[in-house]
Amino acid sequence: MVPGIYIHIPFCLSKCSYCDFYSVTSTEKIPRFIESLLKEMEMYRGCFNRFDTLYLGGGTPSLLDSAQLAKIIDSVHKYFPMSADTEVTIEVNPGDVSREMAESLLKAGINRISIGVQSFDDNILSFLGRRHSSADAISAIEDVRNAGFDNMGLDLIYGIPGQDFRSWMETLHTAHSFTPEHFSCYQLTIESSTPLGLKYRSGEIAPPDEDLLYEFFMRTSELLEASGYTHYEVSNFARSDKFMSRHNRKYWDHTPYLGLGPAAHSFSGNRRWWNHRCVDRYIEEINRKMPPIEKSEILTLEQLRLEALYLGLRTKMGIDLQDFSKRYDFDLLDKKNKVLERIREEGLIIIRDNHIYPTRRGLAISDSLSAI
Amino acid sequence: MYGKAFYLIMKNIRNFSIIAHIDHGKSTLADRMIQYCGVVDDRNFKDQILDSMDIERERGITIKSQAITLPYRSKDGKDYILNLIDTPGHVDFSYEVSRSLASCEGVLLLIDAAQGVQAQTVANLYMAMEHDLEIIPVINKIDLPAADVDKVMEQIDSELGLDPYMSLPCSAKEGTGVEDILEAIVHKIPPPKGDPQAELATTIFDAQYDPFRGTIIHCRVFEGTIRAGDIIRLMHDETTHRVEEVGAFLLPRQKKDSLSAGDVGYIIAGIKTVSDVQIGDTITLDKRPRKEPLPGFKESKPVVFASIYPIASDDYEELAVALEKYKLNDASFAYQKDSSIALGQGFRCGFLGLLHLEIVQERLEREYDLSIILSVPSVRYRFTLNDGDVVYIDNPAYYPDPMSITTSEEPYIRAAMMFPEHHMGAVMKLCKEKRGENSTLSYPSPGRIELVIEMPLADVIYDFYDRLKSITQGYGSFDYDILDYRQSSLVLLDILVNGDRVDALSQIVHRGSARARGLRACERLKEEIPRQMFKIAIQGAVGGEIISRTTISAYRKDVTAKCYGGDISRKRKLLEKQKKGKKRMKMVGSVAIPQSAFISILKSDPTQ
Repeated sequence: MVPGIYIHIPFCLSKCSYCDFYSVTSTEKIPRFIESLLKEMEMYRGCFNRFDTLYLGGGTPSLLDSAQLAKIIDSVHKYFPMSADTEVTIEVNPGDVSREMAESLLKAGINRISIGVQSFDDNILSFLGRRHSSADAISAIEDVRNAGFDNMGLDLIYGIPGQDFRSWMETLHTAHSFTPEHFSCYQLTIESSTPLGLKYRSGEIAPPDEDLLYEFFMRTSELLEASGYTHYEVSNFARSDKFMSRHNRKYWDHTPYLGLGPAAHSFSGNRRWWNHRCVDRYIEEINRKMPPIEKSEILTLEQLRLEALYLGLRTKMGIDLQDFSKRYDFDLLDKKNKVLERIREEGLIIIRDNHIYPTRRGLAISDSLSAI
Repeated sequence: MYGKAFYLIMKNIRNFSIIAHIDHGKSTLADRMIQYCGVVDDRNFKDQILDSMDIERERGITIKSQAITLPYRSKDGKDYILNLIDTPGHVDFSYEVSRSLASCEGVLLLIDAAQGVQAQTVANLYMAMEHDLEIIPVINKIDLPAADVDKVMEQIDSELGLDPYMSLPCSAKEGTGVEDILEAIVHKIPPPKGDPQAELATTIFDAQYDPFRGTIIHCRVFEGTIRAGDIIRLMHDETTHRVEEVGAFLLPRQKKDSLSAGDVGYIIAGIKTVSDVQIGDTITLDKRPRKEPLPGFKESKPVVFASIYPIASDDYEELAVALEKYKLNDASFAYQKDSSIALGQGFRCGFLGLLHLEIVQERLEREYDLSIILSVPSVRYRFTLNDGDVVYIDNPAYYPDPMSITTSEEPYIRAAMMFPEHHMGAVMKLCKEKRGENSTLSYPSPGRIELVIEMPLADVIYDFYDRLKSITQGYGSFDYDILDYRQSSLVLLDILVNGDRVDALSQIVHRGSARARGLRACERLKEEIPRQMFKIAIQGAVGGEIISRTTISAYRKDVTAKCYGGDISRKRKLLEKQKKGKKRMKMVGSVAIPQSAFISILKSDPTQ
């Protein structure tokens, strides 16, 4: 249960049509943002014993130049005790990557890179509002490899309006040919506050039907598992256990994490808090020497239990019943016996060795599973 | 300030009602007249003052009769007492309406200037004519941009057969034309007749419950005089009570020394619950009784039956308390204990009709904060058994062993409908589908048809009224009387969800309709029961034989793709909301059935 640090870099050159993560396109604020970020780190100095992951997400962290990134990473080491084997991840946009850039990332201490490929189909990339092409993605992957990264993840999106099964398989095959250590394959979620959400409400676009999405999900899982990847979370695959994202797994088992930067979420004990979803406000609060926290919530045992249930049922690691009963004071097997038996019969979960594991079909309906 | 007015003589009294199609502005006009006459000062005024229940304000219908006394000084300088009796607006309560109208000498027939004459306008007009009332057409909402007063006047002439030049324009919303209406009430509606010295004859048009005083009888005195201290006799019930107080419907109620022939007012006589008096009964004096009661009395009998269950079985006691309280103010509602295998402890209830049922349901949920489920409504069937016994069954749970039944019978009604001529084909088709027989036609006015037809009540309560309204585009009016029991081939239709019988969904149906009803029930449930993690089979069965089935497919893909720092709380909140929603569902076996599924079975199908 060693905590992790997340840093949100809230800048993008352009907004993608599907994305509802917080970011702004006014990059002139980057220097002031970094200044504030370092001050925010200082505020949390001494609050945590040790961290063993650092994750630079966004937004587009690759918009920062190598000096800026090095400054941030150095400051993390300056203010916080970090494990020697800390996993340091960065999300990059393929259009920003060059061989030199990738080398400087390595030099700055980044040892895991997650490339936002999304698709190898240029039509889909333009539908998604991405500013890179599939050729950019291929050269970015090659640059990252040539620079010496041995832990590379590719982010892909499927279930895009109009996308057929074949188009997705082609993207998946191309991605697979680079033998990345990690895959994130996300089914497109149409968020209401995005340009896609608007098109969806106006009836201009419609997501693929459920049966097709089911096929996407199942075939992706079968294919990648057959070639040696572990489907360890709903949307995540690792070439071996050591390549599972150490950082992201913290979100799924209530390990504490500290989120820095605008809109970043933190969790510790039974408390979750999050920063203002606004760069200006973030900078302003920090200048006033105030923590830039927008809100916090104290979770009841029941709420923690509910989260643990649905988070556990999203992962291959499943729910450790003994641990669950110890941490959340609830004997799942005893209290939910009937419904668990029913969904076990349906082949949605496996109950073994004092664990509940979701099956592949179970993962596909994990939201329903967690409503038991 | 009203004191003097109460001693005015009969010729200065006017008793009237406002009748209108829904949303034509009845309550707003009443509000304006109340304000004009200064009954309530503006500070204490709230809109739709007569519609005191939330449900009335929201649905825009009046459920309970209300009465109010308006003191009015006419332009001729004389003081008048105008008694406004507001009436409910639905066929379920047509008896209550008839008693209210019987208490008046005239009506304002309110017509929306933009919408023109509508079905209920006509239905109401005929009812008013039946009671020989003076009719004053009022064209409301003349302020609307879409108002077309000339066209409405033409309709008043051609469709209602009334003199359009008698009609009065007004805008209740803006308060224009209200004085002219008050003047017309004074000058066109005749004063009541009657002899204050004769034997007392008073008709009860409503009764309401007051937690401090018991039952408040709303009445119209036709003959004689009643005072506090009198011993009164309810002629139908043959009970006697000592009058504690009489008075007029001012806001608040105002006590008077007496009520005399022509008066509308209230009587308080230490009567505990409203069920101890019957609407339409005649009150006379015990020591000097009238020989015959006033005509028109009908015993109010429930014709539709359904069981009510709490969604959470812990709420049973609360439901019991709520029903007891509710019953205090609704004499036409009847209930007794009942239990269901699928739904647990509940109550079997009797209603005047489906709207009455919906209202009771809504009020229980709203005013008593209960979540309830209703079984499929039923009429009361009659079965003759092998051993000669005759049993009345209104609950499918008690359907007799089919082998023991020699004769089954169901109640029939005589339905009277009025609608524009060109809907004839569609209406006849509907009546035929509803097993209508022995129809007679008449043409009360050019272009309008009156159809009288005999139909099984069960088919009428099912979805008849909604569909009639829909196929006649709202112009069809409908009224009915219970006729008699007729032999019929009946079967018990059961609904099974994943093999478990949901007894609250069982229905007694005509053999010929069983398959269609079974299929529709299955389809309705399919729409309402949310998909779950496993397949759900819904079947209709008659005596073990499956006659209809549908399947709700299982979820195949239902998972949020991203679940990181910021997503976790959001997702948990969604789940918490879902869990709350699940509390409003009833578990049958492993299937969660939402309350709406039980209700949907009763609703008519808009696509038909």
